[in-house]
Amino acid sequence: MTLVKHELRQGKTSLLIWTASIGFLLVICIFLFPEMKGQMEGVNDVFASMGSFTQAFGMDRLNFGTLIGFYAVECGNILGLGGAFFAALCAAGILSKEEKDKTAEFLLTHPVSRKRILTEKLIAVLIQITAMNIMIYAFAAGSIAAVGEEIPWKEISLMHLAYYLLQIELAGICFGISAFLRKGSAGIGLGLAAMMYFLNLIANIADAAGFLKYITPFGYCEAADIVSNGRLDGVMVAIGAVIGISGIMIAYLKYTKKDIQ
Amino acid sequence: MIKTTKLTKYYGKARGIVDLDLTVAQGEFFGFIGPNGAGKSTTIRTLLGLIAPTAGSAKIFGKDVTKEKEFILRNTGYLPSEALFYQGMKVKDVLKLSADLRKTDCGAEAKLLCERLQLDTARNIDDLSFGNRKKVAIVCALQHRPELLVLDEPTGGLDPLMQKEFFDILRERNNAGATILLSSHVLSEIQRNCTRAAIIRDGRIIACDSVDVLSRTRAKRITVHGRIDLEQLGGIRDRKEAKDSVSFLYSGDMGSLLRALASGQVNDLTVTEPDLDEIFLHYYETGGETV
Repeated sequence: MTLVKHELRQGKTSLLIWTASIGFLLVICIFLFPEMKGQMEGVNDVFASMGSFTQAFGMDRLNFGTLIGFYAVECGNILGLGGAFFAALCAAGILSKEEKDKTAEFLLTHPVSRKRILTEKLIAVLIQITAMNIMIYAFAAGSIAAVGEEIPWKEISLMHLAYYLLQIELAGICFGISAFLRKGSAGIGLGLAAMMYFLNLIANIADAAGFLKYITPFGYCEAADIVSNGRLDGVMVAIGAVIGISGIMIAYLKYTKKDIQ
Repeated sequence: MIKTTKLTKYYGKARGIVDLDLTVAQGEFFGFIGPNGAGKSTTIRTLLGLIAPTAGSAKIFGKDVTKEKEFILRNTGYLPSEALFYQGMKVKDVLKLSADLRKTDCGAEAKLLCERLQLDTARNIDDLSFGNRKKVAIVCALQHRPELLVLDEPTGGLDPLMQKEFFDILRERNNAGATILLSSHVLSEIQRNCTRAAIIRDGRIIACDSVDVLSRTRAKRITVHGRIDLEQLGGIRDRKEAKDSVSFLYSGDMGSLLRALASGQVNDLTVTEPDLDEIFLHYYETGGETV
C-alpha cells in the first residue's frame, strides 16, 4: 500500500481545495434558503414557466418552495458538476501524470508489477472520491440543521449516493482513458464530465433524446426522479456500473502492456 | 548476467534497435557506447521492462525481461539519464519511497551514500539543481545494494569531483561483485572504468570487445600550428591543411608523433578526443570488426 499512501499524499491539496470549494458553495446555498423560502411562491411560478429551461433542470417537477426541491436544483447542480469534475480530473491524471511528469521511469523500474500499480492507484482515486463525498455530506446535513430545517434524510442520502456513484463511474471511464494518455489529461477529463452533464440536459429537454439518460451517469442523478420515486433507477445504475467497470478493465489491459516513454 | 538474442524494437516504423546480441557476464564493468539516438536508451528500457521488444528476447539473471520483471527489478538498480521526481517531496521522502517500493529498509546505506555524495536530504526536490537531482537518483539506484547496476549517461550534471566519487563507489560495488552496465557517449569514461564495451550505431552493435582492444583502434585529433613533416608518420587520416596549421586524426605510435613534432617547428599544439562521429567513421573504415 506504499503507492496508495504516496498518491493520497500527492493528491491531498487538490482534494482539500475541491472539497472546500464545493462544500463552501453548498453551504452558502443552503444558508440562502430560509430567506428565499418566503419569496418562493412567486418564484416557483416563474421557474415553472421557462419552457425548456425549466425542463432541463427538472424544475417542472420539483417544488422550489420546499427544502428538498431547492436543494435538488441548486445544490444538486453544484455537487453534480463539481464532484464530476474532481473525479474526472483525479482519475484522468492518475496514470498519465507519471509519463507527463517523467516520473514513470522512477516508478516503473521498482519491483512493483504494473497490475499492482494500477490497483493501488485505483484505490487511491476511490479513497479520495469517498473522502470528498463524506465530508460534503456532513457539510450539507450540518448546514440544513443549522438553518433550522428538518433534514430530509432519505432524499438527501439518495441524492448524495447517486452523485457518489456518478463520480465513481466517471472515474472508471477516465481511469481507462488515462492509461492511453501521455500528457494533457485535464482537458479530456473535464470535457468528458461536462459533456455527460449536457447530455442529461438535452435528454431532459427533447423527448427524442431521452435514451441519452441511459448513457450519461447524470441520468440516474436526476433529483426530480429520485425525490418522486424515493429510489434510484436500477437499470441506469446497472448500465453505469458496466461502463465504469469497462473503463477500469480497459486500463488494466492497456497499461500492463504499454510502452513507457 | 545479461543476454539479449536478436533483440529488436521498432517504434511504429521508426527504428529503435535491430537484432541486438549482447552478453554481459557476471561481475563485469561493461560499457555501452554510442551517439544520441543510436539505441542505447532503447536497449536499456527494454531490459528494464519499460518497453516491450518487437522481436527477439532478453534475459537478466537467466530470467526473461518481460515475464519476470519484478524479480529482475528487485535485484537491479537503475540510474536514468534524466532524473525527475515527484513534485513537492523532500529528498529523504523520495529515498524512503524508493526503499518502501522495494520493501526494504536501506536507511543506513542511504545515509552513507548521501554523505559521500554531499547530498542534503532535508531539501525539497523542486529546489535542487540538475546535478543534485542526479545524486538523488544515484542514491535510489544504489541504496538497496543491487547485484546489477544499469546506468544511463550517469555523469551528466555532476561536477568532476563528484564524478570521481561516483566512479569510486561504482568500482567498490564492482569489486564487491556487482555487475555494471554503463551507457555513455563519453569515450574516456568508458575507457577508464570498463573492462569490456560494445559500440552501438543506428540500432546495431558494430563492435564489442575488451576496452583495451577497442582503444587500440582509437584515434586522437591532433591540431598543430607551425611546420612539421608528417610524411614519415603512419596512422594519419582525415588530414585538413590550413594556412599555417594542420589537423589530423592520429592512431599511430605516440613516440613517432612526438619525434616528428620535436624535429619540426611547433607554435601551438592541441590533442583532443575525436568526436564520436570520427570514431565511428574510423570503425567503418578499418572494417574487420563486426559490422
